[in-house]
Amino acid sequence: MNYVLLIANAPDAWDDTDTRPPDGTDDGVISDWGVYARALQAAGVLVAGHALHGASDATTVRMRRGERLLTDGPFADTEEHLIGYFVIDVPDLDAALGWAAQMPNARTGAIEVRPAVPGSDAATVATTGKSPSPS
Amino acid sequence: MRPRSRARPDLELTPDAAEVEAALGRAWSEDRTAVLAVVARRLADLGRAEDAVQDAFAAAAATWPTRGVPDRPGAWLTTTAWRAALDRERRDRFPVLRKPEDAVHDFPDARTTTLMALDHETDDLSDSARHDAVLSLILTCCHPALALEAQVALTLRHVVGLRDHAIADRLLVQPGTLTKRLVRARAKIKHTAISFDLPDRTQIEERLHGVRLVVYLTFTEGYVAAAGAKGRPPPVCEEAIWLARQVHELSPDEETTGLLALLLLHHSRASARWDDDHSMLGFDEQDHSLWDTGLIEEAAELLGTTGAAEPGPYQVQAAIALLHSRATRGHQPDWSLLTDLYASLYRMTPSPSVAAGYAVALNRTRRSQQALALLEPLLDDPRLARHTGLRVAHAEALTLSDHKDAAAAWQHASDTATDPARRDAVLRRATRAGQLDNEPMP
Repeated sequence: MNYVLLIANAPDAWDDTDTRPPDGTDDGVISDWGVYARALQAAGVLVAGHALHGASDATTVRMRRGERLLTDGPFADTEEHLIGYFVIDVPDLDAALGWAAQMPNARTGAIEVRPAVPGSDAATVATTGKSPSPS
Repeated sequence: MRPRSRARPDLELTPDAAEVEAALGRAWSEDRTAVLAVVARRLADLGRAEDAVQDAFAAAAATWPTRGVPDRPGAWLTTTAWRAALDRERRDRFPVLRKPEDAVHDFPDARTTTLMALDHETDDLSDSARHDAVLSLILTCCHPALALEAQVALTLRHVVGLRDHAIADRLLVQPGTLTKRLVRARAKIKHTAISFDLPDRTQIEERLHGVRLVVYLTFTEGYVAAAGAKGRPPPVCEEAIWLARQVHELSPDEETTGLLALLLLHHSRASARWDDDHSMLGFDEQDHSLWDTGLIEEAAELLGTTGAAEPGPYQVQAAIALLHSRATRGHQPDWSLLTDLYASLYRMTPSPSVAAGYAVALNRTRRSQQALALLEPLLDDPRLARHTGLRVAHAEALTLSDHKDAAAAWQHASDTATDPARRDAVLRRATRAGQLDNEPMP
């Protein structure tokens, strides 16, 4: 079963240069991510994952009455911003929560765990032409 | 559906209706949870499993009077529920078959045949398999990914077996709200694939914290909800105790033992909490002859088995309740031991109610200055300023310190009580506080 792990951090944690070592060396977080991604891969559960640029680089698109409306910024004006995601394939929620808890960002930010609707994988839908319903 | 055993050969006549009735009642109280647990685990779907169990009990009510009560009702019900679940699944998949007479065995397919092969051999469950199934059902209902209120509702619905409207009654919520809450929670279990399998022992230990909280909340929520119906213990308390006994039987660790003892002790005083005029009675005002000594002794025995490890909060609360229960009218409980217990409880769970209890214990051991030092910072917090328990402890500490604001503090304390019965209890306490100084030290 696929779960999407949405990674959120407070925006100041993203921008705050004070928390990074002044000499520009790795503060450990980047190597932690490497360890984490390797662990996902070694366990055979990694489906996809990316880090995202900050919310200030987001553009939100809406189509209204045939017109394309663009907004500078994210769609949800929340304290915590989406900064990345993973898609993992594990048997049940406890396994997904276990992986979420091990993510380096879980210590400072928050991870939202969302199950993907089975059979909704876009590639599968494109081939079969059937769209699943989230019963 | 065929029953697992035929009617006794010597009984060509219809079995005794009362006997069947009793057997059905026994099966409901002894087997229902296990049957549901086994079927829910196989289906990984609580809602469907619950429907199937309903079908099985309906089938039992229809067939047992003529064909006799099976030798092993639990196994019979499990097989029947499982077949009912398969029937329902087939009817859902093939709408054409939505007629009651279309039994599953008339239309076998590969999948149902494989599933059917499971039933006869596995449904006569060993005790340990039943235990595992019920424990995993409890852990699923109390999964930490569900909101606490959803955990309580699911547990009352599926483990205890109450109907939606009965749960709504006990928790003082609208039946519609409760049903929505249950539907949403079951959907989350299904969509997020919360497991129905038993986790490993370390994880079970961790998850039991949550289970104990649900049991405890079920008990206390019931008390709060029943405060209107004074004079008799609310039924949900019995249900919570039943639940605590189940969990204790499945996992007799020290904290679960402490929880069961605590609930028994609270419950032992249920009939003494209110007097004939429906006013709420404080501990030392209660008629001790109304306390259920059987429950108190059982709790004492349970607590006697603990103490191997550092006691957790439920054990300490139970010890506190037991000390109070041991003090008979005119005799003070051991307040200095109570002070130590409250100190340790406050370290573990620094809640306002525990602070209030701790402060009262300090007052009774002539340490009202220490009580004031504990209470004043808490009462400065606007969220706690109207906490009746804290206010009462504060007024009592001021009285004992001969403080000029004592009278005003009692007034303040009684003003915070919204329930008239509680307000009267505060005022009676104010009268007695002045005499505390003259009481002999314990």
